[in-house]
Amino acid sequence: MREMIISELSQALQELARGFAHYLPRLIVMLILAFLGWVFAYVVKTVLRSILRLIRFDKLSENAGASQLLNKAALPSASEVLSRFVFWLVWLGFILLGVGVLGILGLQEQVAKFFFFLPRLFVAMFIMFFGLLAASFFSRAALLAAVNANVPSPRVLSLAVRSVIIVFVLSIVFEELGLAEETMLVAFGIAFGALMLGLAIAFGIGGRNLAQGFLEKKFVRPKKEENEDEPSPL
Amino acid sequence: MAEDTFLTDDFVRQLINVGEVDILVGLPTHNNATTIGAVVQSIQSGILQWFPRERAVIINPDGGSRDGTPELVTGISIDDLRPVSNLHALRTLHSISTRYGSSPSRTVAFRTILAAAELLRAKACVVMSPESSSFEGEWISKLLRPIRHDSFDLVTPTYRRHKFEGLLVTNLLYPMIRALYGLRIREPYTREFGFSGRLGGEFLLQNVWDDATGGHGIELRFTLAAITGQQRICQSFLGQKDHVELRSADLVPALRETVGPMFSALESTFTAWSGVTASQPVPTSGPDHEALLDPMRVNRKRLREMFSTGVAELETVFHSILSPSTLAELQRIAGLEEADFNYPAELWVKTVYEFAVSYQKSVISRDHIIQALAPLFRGRVFTFLVENRNGSTEDLENNIEGLCLEFERWKPYLLQMWKSRE
Repeated sequence: MREMIISELSQALQELARGFAHYLPRLIVMLILAFLGWVFAYVVKTVLRSILRLIRFDKLSENAGASQLLNKAALPSASEVLSRFVFWLVWLGFILLGVGVLGILGLQEQVAKFFFFLPRLFVAMFIMFFGLLAASFFSRAALLAAVNANVPSPRVLSLAVRSVIIVFVLSIVFEELGLAEETMLVAFGIAFGALMLGLAIAFGIGGRNLAQGFLEKKFVRPKKEENEDEPSPL
Repeated sequence: MAEDTFLTDDFVRQLINVGEVDILVGLPTHNNATTIGAVVQSIQSGILQWFPRERAVIINPDGGSRDGTPELVTGISIDDLRPVSNLHALRTLHSISTRYGSSPSRTVAFRTILAAAELLRAKACVVMSPESSSFEGEWISKLLRPIRHDSFDLVTPTYRRHKFEGLLVTNLLYPMIRALYGLRIREPYTREFGFSGRLGGEFLLQNVWDDATGGHGIELRFTLAAITGQQRICQSFLGQKDHVELRSADLVPALRETVGPMFSALESTFTAWSGVTASQPVPTSGPDHEALLDPMRVNRKRLREMFSTGVAELETVFHSILSPSTLAELQRIAGLEEADFNYPAELWVKTVYEFAVSYQKSVISRDHIIQALAPLFRGRVFTFLVENRNGSTEDLENNIEGLCLEFERWKPYLLQMWKSRE
């Protein structure tokens, strides 16, 4: 009985040792991959940071309004955030490659899914950034046009333009990421519809006199009276 | 040649038929049927009276008129003048019209005129506005004689105009160009001017036709090219300028047409303006200014309101463009009552210079920077109107001179910001 226990125990230990010996090289390979990945990711981060500084990415991001968001969240500059993000992405990719080498079946499938997801993530980030840039540009254009046309509440108009563009961009981003597509579609429809209805009601009820005044000024009142408002600039 | 690529074959054929000329009159048009007849007749009488022995041609680049303007230009014969005058043509006066596109573009029109002048080897050219109802034949002589007889390269006009018209010129263009380049040109942006064929040919070869300002303000860029090219420039008093029917909505296009090109030129002309410390008058035939003092109805309250609203609503935009001290001062005066409101010359000059540097740095879209200047300009106009409400011509001139001196005094501030930019 005692010998049997010892035999089973030693057999189990031998199998454990065999298993460990079997996995040890893979583990070492994984660690080497993780180390190499860290070095590679660090180089990529440094190069990317230099390129972003060269092309004044922070200025672009400031124009897009992304820098203000980062400031509010107490995060570093946009170029720093992006280069750090790429660093982690590259390093994580190498770590997952290493994990794949271990040969754990379920894990390999998840690793494959991650790499499949990467291009979509980049496209989504690209859309998000340029969407913010467009939202900032067009909202500022609306603000300036409204101020120079003496339209009341120009900031509301500008905010409405920004909101519509951001809602639209977010819906595209979520669709690209494949996250809760149907929920997002419905949410977008409801949000956009509500916004338009709200604006229609606001303009219809609140701005009735304004619209009347605007239309009268545009089409009914003779131009001469308008001309007398301001001397010719040239 | 550069002009080969955009002139139509038919237009080139007509130019070849004309041969060489001494004088070329450029008349860009777009739906000007109501005024063009009188303008063409004035041009013809001017040429007959003042340059009867010269070979002359009228070139009419048209931007797609639908009211028969080009036909009117080419249809008016010099013989039509005889019943009303004793003028006799010694040479054939050609009129050529060409349609350069379906929509008007002053840049393309001017390029067409320059290309035609180059092909015809014109010695002196003049560009006239097709809208002017006060245009007289003598204007042709006043703009061309200094070129033909005194070897000047550019003749800019001076006018008799209402003291409250052309405020963008008196409050920004004239003082800033004077401070930057050192020449006191009263009308640096004008639609009526004369120039030598040599200057036209040189400008035609410059790379200004497709630049970042979208082709705005070609006339101003031509003047700046003449200044920086150290060409011989003079002024000629033409007479009374028409009252220009413009609406308040026209301010932003006017800023795009003038201030945009002026700011844009600062980079390429840095060596020309950075060393200039004082200004000189340019030779002038006749008075360099005359003002009409008739009362004019102006809604000053609206101007001040638009200034105050602009300062409040565009705060985020101004944060990107102006220094904190300038913005704080603007916010302070925006809160003042109408009776106390004053946008002093010094603050206006600092504002404009900070806008110029921000434009160069492209802190935001350049067109947005130009648009953001509009409410501030209205504030400055308000102060100018109040200061000169009851003033004489001399008072007005002293006021403008004071502003010019402020622009000159603060030029080191512009240079300092310019050199410290990123």
